[in-house]
Amino acid sequence: MWKFRDVISILDFTREDLEHLFSVTDKTLERSLDVGRPLDGKIVATAFIEPSTRTRLSFEAAAKKLGADVINLEPHLSSMAKGESLTDTLRMLDDYADLIVIRSPYEGSAKHAADVCEHPVINGGDGSQHHPTQAMIDLYTIRSLKGRIDGLEVGVVGDLKYGRAASSFIYGLTKFNVKRIWLISPEPLSPRPELMDRLRSMKVDIVKTEDLEEAIENVDILYVTRIQRERFPDPAEYEKVKGSYVITKKLLSRAREGLKVLHPLPRVDELSNDVDDTPYQAYFIQAKLGVPVRMALMGLILGAF
Amino acid sequence: MNEQETLRVSKIRNGTVIDHIPAGRALAVLRLIGITGSEGHVVTVTMNVRSGKLGRKDLVKVENLELVAEQVNKLTLIAPTATINIIRDYEVVEKRPVKLPDRIVGILRCINPGCITRQPMEHVSSSFVVVSKSPLRLECEYCGRYLEEDEVLRQLTQQ
Repeated sequence: MWKFRDVISILDFTREDLEHLFSVTDKTLERSLDVGRPLDGKIVATAFIEPSTRTRLSFEAAAKKLGADVINLEPHLSSMAKGESLTDTLRMLDDYADLIVIRSPYEGSAKHAADVCEHPVINGGDGSQHHPTQAMIDLYTIRSLKGRIDGLEVGVVGDLKYGRAASSFIYGLTKFNVKRIWLISPEPLSPRPELMDRLRSMKVDIVKTEDLEEAIENVDILYVTRIQRERFPDPAEYEKVKGSYVITKKLLSRAREGLKVLHPLPRVDELSNDVDDTPYQAYFIQAKLGVPVRMALMGLILGAF
Repeated sequence: MNEQETLRVSKIRNGTVIDHIPAGRALAVLRLIGITGSEGHVVTVTMNVRSGKLGRKDLVKVENLELVAEQVNKLTLIAPTATINIIRDYEVVEKRPVKLPDRIVGILRCINPGCITRQPMEHVSSSFVVVSKSPLRLECEYCGRYLEEDEVLRQLTQQ
């Protein structure tokens, strides 16, 4: 079910696929330091054409924990700096590695990579639509903290138009029976029609609002995202919406008991540091879980688990 | 049709007649099915003739060429009312229905400048799946962005 599979969009996976991934992640965590080196002799290539901290490093750490070697394409030091195309670069990586993790600013480049490469491709984030492994981590984090995903009310706040982590997370939620999804954003950052159509076709209970306070009183999970300045075609439009929402400890005092705040990170100014030491904080746990989820994912794809 | 118009659209011996093209789109139809004139076929284009069904219509006749389904199906993008008649020895031997294909590859351009199909270096053909037939709505298979009917028409009629 997972072996040699490309990971392009969270929409390509069923609830059963995700539950299997989560149960393998559980086992990986239980055995933490004793998973052996099931990927000994394998090579994982990372090709990050856009900046990344957590995604690239957690893939690298996860691969190394499984015994794989990792080769990293550094775009500014490679022939891409001389003008070589992504397509030709991918062909070469496919010759060298057993698994390729790609992040590119071009939307659809992961699908293209999967078309070009014979080896499995994992989308480490492309453009403003898909970041499937982040969604897997987000869902696993909720399951770990709440014991379930079904029946929860989930708020997603911030840049729902350009934020790929937000889109993927919302798509991921649709695989489960959440009670309601609150989409909280200023109008210029509200989800694109493609996403709203999909949600409507899936008959998900959606509340679209700009009222963050009302949402906070009703949700079990608050997923906060950064406004994606780099994806705004017009900088003036960014200036209009920046700082639209700031999640603070004070604001969260109205929250339901047990509310957890997630954020795919990095944060800029939308999530105050004063939340870090509260019981609401779950974003550092979420970041930490990036490694075991990606271990389980790569282990499954390369047939180790 | 009066005598003058009958002369204008006189019969061909062998080939294809594309009838009931919305008025003004005959040249776009030719472009879409890949006929440039350099292939050597005798091509007759009649534009803005009276039509009971459409008010005004265009008509295209291509002699000694029978269009295949793949070429015909693309026509639904700009001429959903078109009918395709295959002519052999002056007789209509087949009326081919126009059917919108499930996937449109390489004809249209994604509206998203950040889409991989818009990067000239990468040589990735555009590819759209049909989300809705009426009104026409296509979805880019790479970036997921919608292409609406008016944009499809704009691209295919203003090239």
